[in-house]
Amino acid sequence: MKSLDWIQLSFYFGALLAFTPLLGGWMARIYAGEKHFLQPPLGWLENLLYRYAGCNPRQEMDWWHFCKALLWFNGIGFAIVFVLQMLQSKLPFNPQSMPNLSWTLALNTAVSFVTNTDWQNYSGEATMSYLTQMLGLTVQNFLSAATGMGVLVAMARGLSRKSGHTVGNFWADTVRSILYILLPLSLVLSVVLVAQGVVQTFTPYAVAISPEGHAQQIPLGPAASQIAIAQLGTNGGGFFGVNSAHPFANPTPLTNFLEMLSILLLPSALVNTYGRLVGSTRQGWAILAAMYLLFIAGLALALWAEYQPNPLMPGLANMEGKETRIGITDSVLWATATTDASNGSVNCMHDSLSPLAGMVAMGNMMLGEVVFGGVGSGLYGMLMYVLLAVFMAGLMVGRSPEYLGKRVEKAEVICAMAATLAPFAVLLILAATAVTTSAGLSGLNNAGPHGLSEILYAYASMSNNNGSAFAGLNGNTPFYNLTGAFAMMVGRFAVIIPALAIAGSMAPKRIAPSSSGTFPTDGLLFVLMLAGVVIIISGLTHFPALTLGPIIEHLLMQQGRMF
Amino acid sequence: MPMKASNSLFDPTLVRPALIHSFNKLNPIGLWENPVMLVTAIGAALCSIVFFQDLFTGHFSGFNLQITLWLWFTVLFSNFAEALAEGRGKAQAESLKKSRTQTPARRLRDGREESIPAPSLQRGDIVVCETGDVIPADGEVIEGIATVDEAAITGESAPVIRESGGDRSAVTGGTRVISDRIVIRITSEAGNTFLDRMIAMVEGARRQKTPNEIALTILLVGMTAVFVLAVFTLPAFAHYSENASGHPGSSDLRLTVLVSLLVCLIPTTIGGLLSAIGISGIDRLIRRNVLATSGRAVEAAGDIDILLLDKTGTITLGNRMATDFLPAPGVTAERLADAAQLASLADETPEGRSIAVLAKEKYKLRGREFSALQAQFVPFTAQTRMSGVDIAANGSQPARSIRKGAAESMKLHVKLMGMQYPESVDQLVENVARLGGTPLVVADGGEVLGVIQLKDVVKGGIKERFAQLRKMGIRTVMITGDNALTAAAIATESGVDDFMAQATPEDKLCRIREEQAKGRLVAMAGDGTNDAPALAQADVGVAMNTGTQAAREAGNMVDLDSNPTKLIEIVEIGKQLLMTRGALTTFSIANDVAKYFAILPAMFLGLYSIDEKPGPLAALNIMHLGSPQSAILSAVAFNALIIIALIPLALRGVKYRPLGAAKILQRNLFLYGLGGIIVPFAGIKLLDVIINILHLA
Repeated sequence: MKSLDWIQLSFYFGALLAFTPLLGGWMARIYAGEKHFLQPPLGWLENLLYRYAGCNPRQEMDWWHFCKALLWFNGIGFAIVFVLQMLQSKLPFNPQSMPNLSWTLALNTAVSFVTNTDWQNYSGEATMSYLTQMLGLTVQNFLSAATGMGVLVAMARGLSRKSGHTVGNFWADTVRSILYILLPLSLVLSVVLVAQGVVQTFTPYAVAISPEGHAQQIPLGPAASQIAIAQLGTNGGGFFGVNSAHPFANPTPLTNFLEMLSILLLPSALVNTYGRLVGSTRQGWAILAAMYLLFIAGLALALWAEYQPNPLMPGLANMEGKETRIGITDSVLWATATTDASNGSVNCMHDSLSPLAGMVAMGNMMLGEVVFGGVGSGLYGMLMYVLLAVFMAGLMVGRSPEYLGKRVEKAEVICAMAATLAPFAVLLILAATAVTTSAGLSGLNNAGPHGLSEILYAYASMSNNNGSAFAGLNGNTPFYNLTGAFAMMVGRFAVIIPALAIAGSMAPKRIAPSSSGTFPTDGLLFVLMLAGVVIIISGLTHFPALTLGPIIEHLLMQQGRMF
Repeated sequence: MPMKASNSLFDPTLVRPALIHSFNKLNPIGLWENPVMLVTAIGAALCSIVFFQDLFTGHFSGFNLQITLWLWFTVLFSNFAEALAEGRGKAQAESLKKSRTQTPARRLRDGREESIPAPSLQRGDIVVCETGDVIPADGEVIEGIATVDEAAITGESAPVIRESGGDRSAVTGGTRVISDRIVIRITSEAGNTFLDRMIAMVEGARRQKTPNEIALTILLVGMTAVFVLAVFTLPAFAHYSENASGHPGSSDLRLTVLVSLLVCLIPTTIGGLLSAIGISGIDRLIRRNVLATSGRAVEAAGDIDILLLDKTGTITLGNRMATDFLPAPGVTAERLADAAQLASLADETPEGRSIAVLAKEKYKLRGREFSALQAQFVPFTAQTRMSGVDIAANGSQPARSIRKGAAESMKLHVKLMGMQYPESVDQLVENVARLGGTPLVVADGGEVLGVIQLKDVVKGGIKERFAQLRKMGIRTVMITGDNALTAAAIATESGVDDFMAQATPEDKLCRIREEQAKGRLVAMAGDGTNDAPALAQADVGVAMNTGTQAAREAGNMVDLDSNPTKLIEIVEIGKQLLMTRGALTTFSIANDVAKYFAILPAMFLGLYSIDEKPGPLAALNIMHLGSPQSAILSAVAFNALIIIALIPLALRGVKYRPLGAAKILQRNLFLYGLGGIIVPFAGIKLLDVIINILHLA
């Protein structure tokens, strides 16, 4: 690594850390219903929406009503995206006359965008009409992100309220997330992206004549607007198949920096928001510290692995699958960030990462998408680990476990275990099914342990709602479409429902004042313990499978054998 | 307890029955209670089937046999730990059962006495007990006074006084009247007496799981489930890898090996010791002569934020002692001391005796023979609130009437005699009170002689105890009937965090509710009937065994030694219980790292290998274990033996140190987390060396 690489890294972390409290504080005001600077220009719109929808934003819901509202909201969202794909050939804004999709692909895609996964078994420019992209996918980019944020805020309320059974109003949280946070931020970002040369147009694909005289189609479309929200809302779905490695999606060093920053911007700031909502910013910083610790550890390992020359190609760092204009450091940084956050956009091909760097990307997802994770979802996922860590720590200090002064009891442990383990279970079962059935194996393009890594990666990505892919796998088969849709559903809702249930069960609990007999959850020791719990629980679950995938591949590469 | 149980953990009289029980406990219904061990037992059963199948088809596999045995040992070791923990309780229960009376009870009905069997007594029946009788059931003395031998319950051989009225009216079934006669109203029915509850408690400690134990069990079940998935999806990935490498069958996926991996990964260490930890926690309480109504109460004791302690007997020695004579103006100290001594000669209360002793020591006034004085002792009564002596006129000596008592009542007394109560004495009284003493005013006839200073003597070492509690995050509140001045002085001297002066039972109840509303958990000790509401309201209420039946029913623990200071030990036992569970869970899960490094390379040694050389995953064999089979065997053996090795820790509990929670966490994470990662590497390596030396694999 050159000094320029270090400067880039420090710029990245500096900007991220600077924006975290700024954005975090502002979002906390929005969710707490306090005054903020966007209220005068946009407040009328918020009220208008409530009036037309006939809902009272001040009417609090208990966790089950909150959950039901969320499930209906996501269910209807799913139906709309599904129908748009099935009928797009008959609908307007389809200049390339894209045909309708197969129902399994449409199902997979609809689930994928509703669950904030944005796994894509298709290439956008060759499959989707502009209408589907905008009205279906881009809209869900906003709604799924807002859903995650709403669940997080409900959990923060449940953990900090002193009495009562309510956790907030789902509609109010959703409207505010979109109107005051996601829309303004993505508007700003997309304008900057357009200024930098990212395409934003409704015109049909351009046609160029190549030097050989062949007509060449150049895909265009309303890309900037979708990329902005895809990055900010940890969706990551590419407008183009190669995502942000495409020059129309990521044309300049500045767009690369901004898109990369946007991946972690909201997930990082939301941790700060959480701290403020539960009444202690230190609690937020502690969780954030554990996240940064895991992020930096993964980044360091991946960078080391990528700069390590392959024994078969001495003296050369691994440039396969990377854009030369982006280079190794920015590619690896993006790859680590996008798998830590459940973003899934890419600017290099993860399939071509060296085995260990590939394992970092895969491992980040296998942690359960809790190192930053998706907007909202990352933190409420991490809070499950927090509860487990608190439970263990409580036992070890000889006091019934408490988090933020509230008892962690049977109900919370059940929910936290279920939410943590459900995605793991789905990953293992489906990946094992895929490698033992011809339907699963037929999608493979690579041999040896790398093939196993591809399948593991695919299910790790789907069951943890990341959406990035080891590109070697052909996912558009009924088998992968359907099992993938199932994995994404479980990965999303088997975490959301327990998270809300915890919010509901914690809300009425009394808050015990802390004393020297309660261990602090905002100190260094707890940060280390939390990071340890994440690594141990996920590591023990996935280690056998990883051994036969990236680990053995790495060892074989050291012996000079590649696949 | 009646029997002074052996302190050795592996006492042969306890070990032998425990060994037998270990086998009895293989019963699947019992194992259902412990999911981790159930999975282990199923694994062991599967391996047994495989072994015998092979044997009948003529293939003897020493490896399979050893694995199978070690798996069964894992279950047996866990059963042994539980049986050993139960053993002591069982022995205690046996001896308690013997003291359960079968002798006929003498029931009084309509003034006539009739003999009926003790078990058929009803609540509310009136029985009579005389010297030598065994009290048939729990009850309240309603008439008479007697000495009772309670050794059967408390193990204390000195008899205790039980009398009607007051706070010493409760008698326990199974104890024996040594002298006199008492009439008892039965307060509990057969099968539900104190003794029955005690027996149920020692015997059935295993049956009820505490809230934290349930939550922990769920965590362990979750971990077990995910490991079942991780292990049983492994053959799928392995088959894929074998095909990809072009060498089918190059990895070791025998059922025995998979079960070995599974059992090594699931938290057998904590799963095997969990119930032993719970039982031994209760056992530790019982050995300190404290009886809890439920394990839940013991656990709650560890969470206490506030201790309400009675001043008398807990913080101070219980008896106030005379420390000084403060004469009124114009009176000599000798005269005051002399009068005070006279007034106290026949006063048998400890306070009275201390006055006589002080007068003797300080002014060389020797004790006079009371009977020689022709004096009549005037005892303390609730009406007069003073005591003293009336001495008849004797020759030149005029008749004297000496009184001592609290300032208020003495003021009244002096006024009634038509004399002036000097203001300077008021000053003396206030000075004494401010310093935490109790002033007693002495008057000879109507003349006020001065003030005796009585002081509470704070128990030695109590201040350090409170400082420890503060470090543990527990605040102490002293409760006393004294006035605020006195209370404040003693509070300062003893180092409590807060005090409640002139506290009535209602005040106590209010205070407890107030603290609970703030989210705190409150513990208190008490003995009187008027303590019952507060004992019931407190999260942990420790009743004194000498107390009333009402108090004993209201609290969730009974201290047989009637020592309120024991609350502190109870808190420690509660904390130890949780800490031991937490420490062993952490240890158990941390162990898995080493086991992966032992078993995975053993399973996949041949994968992607070329020319019969070890495959790439041999690199994971960082312990350099001898052979794949010895690696698996030593991991499984380690997993079983660690249970035995940790039995003493489980039974004794992790040592509790009064440090802040952060310090304790740091220490335990280091010991059991980091230690849990390192120890198995060493242990498995050692076992592997032994196994290879003995050629067992």
